[in-house]
Amino acid sequence: MDDTVTDGEVRRRVEEFLAGRPVPAPGDEDGRLAFLRARFDAGLAWVHYPVGLGGLAGPRELQPRADALFAAAGAPDNTPRRIGIGLGMAAPTILRHGTPEQHERFLRPLWTGEQIWCQLFSEPGAGSDLAAVATRAVRDGDGWLVSGQKVWTSMAHRARWGILLARTDADVPKHRGMTYFVCDMHAPGVEVRPLRQLTGEAEFNEVFLTDVRLGDELRLGEVGQGWAVAQTTLMNERVAIGGGPVPREGGLVGLLARTWREHPELRTPALHDELLRLWVRAEAVRLTGVRLRQQLAAGEPGPEGSAVKLSFATLAQQLSSLEVELLGEAGLRHDSWEFSRPDVVDFTGRGATYRYLRARGNSIEGGTSEILRNIIAERVLGLPAEPRVDLDLAWKDLPR
Amino acid sequence: MSLDLRYGEVEEQLRASVRALLADHCAPAAVLAGLERSGAPDPRLWRLLAADLGLSGLAVPESLGGAGAGACELAVVLEELGRAAAPVPFLGTAGLAVAALTTCAEVPEAAELLARIAGGAVVALAVPFSTAPGSGLTATVAATGNVLAGPVTSVADALGADVLLVPAATGLQSGLYAVDAAAAGVRRTAVVSLDQTRPLCDLTLSAVPARPLALGATAARAVEAALVTGAALLASEQLGTAQWCLDATVEHLRTRRQFGRVVGSYQAIKHRLADLWVELAQGRAVARYAAACAAANDPDAPVAAALAQAHCSPLAVRAAEECVQLHGGIGFTWEHPAHVHLKRARSAALALGGAGRHRARLAELVDLPPS
Repeated sequence: MDDTVTDGEVRRRVEEFLAGRPVPAPGDEDGRLAFLRARFDAGLAWVHYPVGLGGLAGPRELQPRADALFAAAGAPDNTPRRIGIGLGMAAPTILRHGTPEQHERFLRPLWTGEQIWCQLFSEPGAGSDLAAVATRAVRDGDGWLVSGQKVWTSMAHRARWGILLARTDADVPKHRGMTYFVCDMHAPGVEVRPLRQLTGEAEFNEVFLTDVRLGDELRLGEVGQGWAVAQTTLMNERVAIGGGPVPREGGLVGLLARTWREHPELRTPALHDELLRLWVRAEAVRLTGVRLRQQLAAGEPGPEGSAVKLSFATLAQQLSSLEVELLGEAGLRHDSWEFSRPDVVDFTGRGATYRYLRARGNSIEGGTSEILRNIIAERVLGLPAEPRVDLDLAWKDLPR
Repeated sequence: MSLDLRYGEVEEQLRASVRALLADHCAPAAVLAGLERSGAPDPRLWRLLAADLGLSGLAVPESLGGAGAGACELAVVLEELGRAAAPVPFLGTAGLAVAALTTCAEVPEAAELLARIAGGAVVALAVPFSTAPGSGLTATVAATGNVLAGPVTSVADALGADVLLVPAATGLQSGLYAVDAAAAGVRRTAVVSLDQTRPLCDLTLSAVPARPLALGATAARAVEAALVTGAALLASEQLGTAQWCLDATVEHLRTRRQFGRVVGSYQAIKHRLADLWVELAQGRAVARYAAACAAANDPDAPVAAALAQAHCSPLAVRAAEECVQLHGGIGFTWEHPAHVHLKRARSAALALGGAGRHRARLAELVDLPPS
């Protein structure tokens, strides 16, 4: 890391950049893209990335400062919420395991948002047990032929590239027989179908891969090292889900509290007690996040990070459920069952019944609450794992 | 949010020295043995903590012989005392009494008492231990001139006290008075307490001479400061209780075998412990926040204290109950220390209000009215 990259240095570079390049007018898409590319080339995209790859090799915590300076100048951003999978998961994996050619090819259009990324990990037969993936990649001349089915793929219908975990050797135990690829989502044999979820909309897709030909230059990391490469992706996924600072009564608890304050006619003693229990829990979860961020900023990460997603899921479900309960007659009505394909999910958007339904997914997506409890028990508390039958058997011999 | 919720370096050093002292002088076996001695807490352990480590005056100003520290440091000591279920009057003396006296430190008697606390004297606030912040000063003792008479029930940390801080009604207003615990007319009757490590007593005052510390609104403010700060600090003690219970349970389950397997490898067990750990991590955040607010005199301190109590009271109870259950038969015996923490947790959850009253108080403080 370059310790000459200080807060003041980042500010100076941003000011210099803005002085030399006018902010494009709203709606000027070409100007916006040119601006973002120039910002990447100036090393102000993600300052903690290497020089030449959008960064300054500086400390990670200076990036929010750079973002704030650009925002204050009215500069366009790269719609980070829309390209979260690329930014949060694909990019760190490419940076860590990719070749110089792959860095050059993928990182700039990823960061500017001109190429959207999706994640081809989960399968119908490989959910919590991700290492069980059955999608096969078979050598085909100097490339690979990939066949299989992926599921729960957000943005697949918009994506240019996908990070793909596939099985390249069925004769070794499952963790050792996988390889990590970048999948060309425009290649023949890639079929994307919306997956309608219980809310009525489709945030996710199913992706069917039939003899999809991928060049060997799209392989990320060594053959057989897919599981190790995927760990980089998954660790960054949990960081990405952790989220930023929220004020008191930010999020779902604020909506519930507002309903309580605005509708005295809905109040009962039992609901009041439940409301306060959840208010306390929400504030405790919020302060745990505040403390965790203080620890991270001081370079002393605590194990509390493992708990953030688990707590968030449980709390979101309890809060949204209580809000529907509180609403009484209005809780019988839903806003819309119309099919839609949202690019960005807003857990606090729409009505209370939508929030209730969407929150059921919180304890399943990105690691089920059951798996997270195992992780806490085994990695934080040091309790032994359950006895397993799948660690030493060749993948092809696993019971299924 | 500018308050730092982490432990500072000085706090970690403080923790290490308290933990080392307690390991030598307050091991579980010693606490269990102490249950056979009825009545007053362990005066030898108090001397070591108060005088040798100088902890009784941790939050007393340096000008009065104290360490000039604040609630964050007190909270770290209380975490350790909670872990050890140490039978010492630290919460009452270094927490509640110091908080009350600090609000009227310009009164010479109050300053003198603070100095005595820094020297190791035990001072107790004479209110029922279940008194919640915000419950107003409803004194059961009457003051006639500077002479007090009347009863106070279920007072904590008073059995070994040198001085009692007594709220008393005088005509239309109330006051806070200092009484020598050894004075004629002070009767302390030990109560058979659920928590033997913090034995309570019933007080009866009959024509006892007293020194006034504060009158009217000033007295009410002093008592309220003691209760709010006490509630905030108690959360850290409860956190320590919960931490001991979790640690002991995990330790046991890592070695105990049944059906040929380590019991801690069963998911049904692991998930319970993971949930408890998550709740404990939250408890640490709210307890640190309450201590930081108290230390900074932050306007959010009453909310922070109520929040900390609403979370940490049930946390400690649950941790202790899980400790008993997951130890199985041995956890139900007198010889295993789990019951000491269970009784400490169950009692502490009633102390200074209890979770239900603190939730009701939060409802007022954050505008979530009941009806």
